[in-house]
Amino acid sequence: MPQQDLANSDCIVIQGSNMAEAHPVGFQWVMEAKARGATVIHVDPRFTRTSALADLHVPLRAGTDIAFLGGLINHVLQNGLEFREYVVAYTNAAAILRDDFRDTEDLDGLFSGYDPDKGEYDETTWQYEGTSVTAAAGQRQAPKPGASGSSGGGQPPSAPDAEEHSEGSSEQAGSGGMPVGGKPERDESLQHPRCVFQVLKRHYARYTPEMVHEVCGVEPAVFRKVADALTANSGRERTSAFVYSVGWTHHTVGVQYVRAAGVLQALLGNMGRPGGGILALRGHASIQGSTDIPTLFNLLPGYIPMPHAREDRDLDDFVAEASGSVGYWGNMRKYAVSLLKAWWGDAAQPENDFCFDHLPRLTGDHSSYQTIAQQIQGTVPGYFLVGENPVVGHANGKMARLGLANLDWLVVRDLQLIESATFWQNGPEIETGELVTEQIPTEVFFLPAAAHVEKDGSFTNTQRLLQWHSQAVEPPGDCRSDLWFYFHLGRRIREKLAGSTDPRDRPVLELTWDYPTHGPQDEPSAHAVLREISGTGPDGTAVSGYTELADDGSTSCGCWIYSGVFADEVNQANRKKPRTEQDLVALEWGWAWPMNRRVLYNRASADPEGRPWSERKKYVYWDEDEGKWTGPDVPDFQATKPPDFVPAEGATAEDALSGTDPFVMQGDGKAWLYVPAGLADGPMPTHYEPAESPVPNPLYQRQANPARKELRGAWNRANPAMDETFPFVVTTYRLTEHHTAGGMSRALEYLAELQPEFFCEVSPQLAAERGLEHMGWATVVSARNAIEARVLVTERMRPLRVAGREVHQVGLPYHWGQNGITTGDSANELLGVVMDPNVHIQESKVATCDIRPGRRPRGPALVEFVEEYRRRAGVASGRLGPNGRAPIEERS
Amino acid sequence: MKTWLDAWPVVRQLTGDDPLGRGDAVRSKRTDGLTPRTATADRVVQSVCPYCAVGCGQRVYVQDEQVTQIEGDPDSPISRGRLCPKGAASKNLVTNSTRETRIRYRRPYATEWEDLDLDTAMDMIADRVIRTRRETWQDEVDGKRVNRTMGIASLGGATLDNEENYLMKKLYTALGAVQVENQARI
Repeated sequence: MPQQDLANSDCIVIQGSNMAEAHPVGFQWVMEAKARGATVIHVDPRFTRTSALADLHVPLRAGTDIAFLGGLINHVLQNGLEFREYVVAYTNAAAILRDDFRDTEDLDGLFSGYDPDKGEYDETTWQYEGTSVTAAAGQRQAPKPGASGSSGGGQPPSAPDAEEHSEGSSEQAGSGGMPVGGKPERDESLQHPRCVFQVLKRHYARYTPEMVHEVCGVEPAVFRKVADALTANSGRERTSAFVYSVGWTHHTVGVQYVRAAGVLQALLGNMGRPGGGILALRGHASIQGSTDIPTLFNLLPGYIPMPHAREDRDLDDFVAEASGSVGYWGNMRKYAVSLLKAWWGDAAQPENDFCFDHLPRLTGDHSSYQTIAQQIQGTVPGYFLVGENPVVGHANGKMARLGLANLDWLVVRDLQLIESATFWQNGPEIETGELVTEQIPTEVFFLPAAAHVEKDGSFTNTQRLLQWHSQAVEPPGDCRSDLWFYFHLGRRIREKLAGSTDPRDRPVLELTWDYPTHGPQDEPSAHAVLREISGTGPDGTAVSGYTELADDGSTSCGCWIYSGVFADEVNQANRKKPRTEQDLVALEWGWAWPMNRRVLYNRASADPEGRPWSERKKYVYWDEDEGKWTGPDVPDFQATKPPDFVPAEGATAEDALSGTDPFVMQGDGKAWLYVPAGLADGPMPTHYEPAESPVPNPLYQRQANPARKELRGAWNRANPAMDETFPFVVTTYRLTEHHTAGGMSRALEYLAELQPEFFCEVSPQLAAERGLEHMGWATVVSARNAIEARVLVTERMRPLRVAGREVHQVGLPYHWGQNGITTGDSANELLGVVMDPNVHIQESKVATCDIRPGRRPRGPALVEFVEEYRRRAGVASGRLGPNGRAPIEERS
Repeated sequence: MKTWLDAWPVVRQLTGDDPLGRGDAVRSKRTDGLTPRTATADRVVQSVCPYCAVGCGQRVYVQDEQVTQIEGDPDSPISRGRLCPKGAASKNLVTNSTRETRIRYRRPYATEWEDLDLDTAMDMIADRVIRTRRETWQDEVDGKRVNRTMGIASLGGATLDNEENYLMKKLYTALGAVQVENQARI
C-alpha cells in the first residue's frame, strides 16, 4: 500500500519496525491518520520514537511475533470476528484440503512431509484436494545435495549445500502465488472439517491470550486491547493497516511472520482497500527496484525464476513448470521471450529457443552467505562489491572479511573507502593476528562512485513507485556511475572477445549492448536503458504495458512488471506533477508497477457485486452504466470484466479468473489463508523459537524452525539454545542519523555529530545484575565474536516475564565500523548466519549473548576470550587456519 | 538623535515594536545584504533522496557546477517537502572532504594503496573477468548443462538505480556468473 494511504487507516499496527526512527518522513502519514482519529499501536521489544507517538506500546520478546499474530488470528476465529462476506468470496477459506495433510498440532510442531535427514519438507500433502498444485511446484524443486558446482572447469569440489527447496519459487510466489492446477473443491459454508477455514481454526486454537503471555511476555489485558482495536477497526466501514520492516524479515521464520499478517489481514478483509493492507517499509532507496530487477541469484527481472540445471531443458519446459495456467503468470512465456529478445536481440530466434540456453543454470543455493563460505575455501576468485559493505552490514562480519581475504581480485565501488575495501589494512583480524596483511593475496581495485545527484536514473521506493532523479552536476575526478562502469566494462570485454569462435563467448558477443552515450565521460543514457526495460513492440516503438507483449519474438521487454514505464515514448517515472494539483493517490507523480496501480488487488475494495463495501471506504468499483471498473486508482483488474463474469471452460491466464477473483496474480485469484505450495517451511505460520533462544518453545517439542538453513564452520559457530553462557536476548536496529553499514553516513560531519558513538541499550535491572554503568563500557559476547560499546541504561528496555523467568534484552544499533568520522565496533560481529529456508535471509533480529562491564580484550587476547566462551558453552572451536581459512562442515 | 545604543539589538528589541526579537530588532545592514544560496543558484534539479525507501523528493541547487544545497521538494506527494536528518545532510554526502574521488589500487600482498588511472583499471578488471571466467567455466555439472562460472560473484547495493541493476544482471548473466546478489537479500 502507498505510504500516503496510511492516512485513510482507522487503526495502524506497527510491528517489526521503528518507523518514526528509520522511516521518519513516511511516518508523517501515520501521524496524519492519528490526527484523523486512528488508533496507532506499536508492538516492539523496545520503547522507541515510534512507541512515544503511538496510543499503545506493546513490549514483546524479540522473535515471538508469530505467537502474537497467531493469538490475534485465534481471537478473530474463536469469536467470529472475521469479515465473513470478504473471507468467503475473496480468500481460499472455502478450499478443501487433502485428507492426508497433518498439522503441527498432530505432529508436535511438524507438518506432514518432513524429512528429518535433510531437514526439509515435501509439500505434496499440503495441497488442495483434487488439484495438481504440488505437481507443478514439485517439478520446480532443486537437485539433491552435493550437486552444487561440483564438477567441470577444473573447479575444486565445493561443499555440499543441502538445498532442496526450489530457488526462486518463494520469491516468485511473493509476486503472486504458486501455480494452482485447476480450481479446488470449495465449501462456502466453511463447515467442512478439511476446509482451510476449519484447518486454520484448529491450527491456532492453542494460541490463546495466556499462551501469548507465556511466549511473548505480553499481558492478556494488553493483548486484548490490540485485538479489540484491530477488530473494531476492520469490516465494511473501517480498515486497519500493518506496517513492518526487517524486524519481521530477519528471522529463521521471516517469511512466515509476513504470512501471519497476511492471514490476519485477509480474515479481517483489509487487503486491497483504502487504508488497509500491509506496508513493507524497505530500507534503501531502490531496494524494491533491486528485487524487481533483481541482482539476486535466483531471479530474472520481473520475478521470473532463473532456470535450473535439472529441470529446465528448454524454454517450453521452463515456462510450463513455472507459469501455471490461471492468473497473470499464465502469460509467462510472453514475458520470458520478450526478456530474451531485450537481451539477445536479433540473435534470439524461435529456431534457437530465443537464446534460452544463453542463460546460465542454477544447481542450488548460490546466495550471498553461501558464496562467502565458498570464498573462504578459496574457490571464488573474483568479487564485485557495488555500494555494499558486507563486513559491517552482513551478519557475522568476520566471516565476510575472511571471504574477502581469500579472493584473487576484488572490485569495490563506493563513495568512501569503506571497511570492505580496507579489510587487508585495518580489519579487526589484522589486530588479532588471525590475518596478516603481507599474506593476503587479494588484489583490490577501489573505484569511486558517482552520487545520486551526479547521474540520471530511477529509484523504486517502498510502495513500488518509480521516481526519476536527474543529473545535476558531473561526478568529480574518477567518480563514475555504476551504469557507466558496467556499460564500459561490458564494452571492453566484448572488444577483447571480438572474433572469438568459442561457443562460451556467444552470450557475451550476441548481447544487445549499444546504448547511446553522452557528455564528457561517455555516460550511457539511463533513459535508453529504462526504455529497454519498459519494452518495445513489433514496430520498435514503446509498448503501453505488459498486455501488449507477445511470445513470438515480435516484442522486447527487459522487465515485464515495469512494462509501460516508457509508454507513449515518455519517461513516466519522471512525471513530477505537484501534489497540490492532484488528489492523495497522485497518479501523475512517478509511475508505480504494475501499470501505475497504486493499491494492489484494489478490486477487493468493492463487494462481490462490484459495489463499494461502504461509502466511507469507496475506492475502485464497477460502473454499470459505463461497463467498467472505476475510481481514483487504476483498477487492478481487467477494466471491463463485470463482477458476474464466469470464465469459459478451458480459459487461461487472466481470462480464467472470474469477476470475483481480485487477487489476479494468484493461480486461483484468491487471498491465501493457507499456502498449498511454494513455501519451504509450512502452509501456515507456526511459532518456533529463534535458533538462539534462552527459553524452550512452550507450544511444541520442536524448538526452532525445522527447515531453517545453517552454514557451519569455525567462522560461524552457533550459541546453543537455552544455554546459561549466553543468557540474554540481543537485537539490532537502526538510528535516524545513520544509514545501514554506515558508508553513506559515518563520514558525514553532521550525522557523525548527531550520533557520535556506538552504544548498547540495557534495562536498569540488567545493568544492576551485571554491574553495567550508564556511559561506561560493556563487552557483548557471542560464539562468533566479542565487541565493546558504551552503555545506555534506559527504561526503554524492559525485562519480560517469559516461561516463568525474567528475560533481559540488549539493543544494539548496527551502523558502526573502523572507518569514517565516528568509529566503533560492529554489532554484526556478534550475529551468526542461520537463515530462513525460503529466502536465505539471516536471523539478525534476535540472537543470544552475554554482556559484562568493561572494554573487550585487545589483539590475540580477544581470540582467546571468545574461545573461552565457546568452551564454556560446549561449542566447537572457532580457531582458523592460515589466512583465515576453515572448511565448511557438513550437517551432522 | 541616533546613538550607538540605538543600534544595539537588545535596546531595539525592548523599546521598539519587535519585543520577541524576531524581526526588525535583529536586522543589520549585513543581514539585509544576505541572500540564501538557494536564491542565487544557477539551476534547481529535481531528485530523490538516496537513503531509505520512503522516496522523499529533493531539490538540488547548483551554482558554478557545484552542488550548493539540497532541500526537500514540496511538490512530492510522499514527503511534502520534508527530509529527515540524513536527507537533509545529503549535500554533505556529495561534498564531504573524505569522499574518495581517485582510483585506489592494492597489489596482492601489498601493505599500501597505489595510484592507478581509470583507463588502466578498467582494462585490468576486464582482463581479470575474462581470465577468471575461462579458468572457472563449467559446461556441465553432474551431466547437466549449466553454462556458467562459479568464480565470479557480485554483491550490489540497494541504493543503485534500476537501470544500473539491469545492466549488471544483463552483463553478469551473459558472462555466466550466477552468484549475483544484493542487499535486498539481507
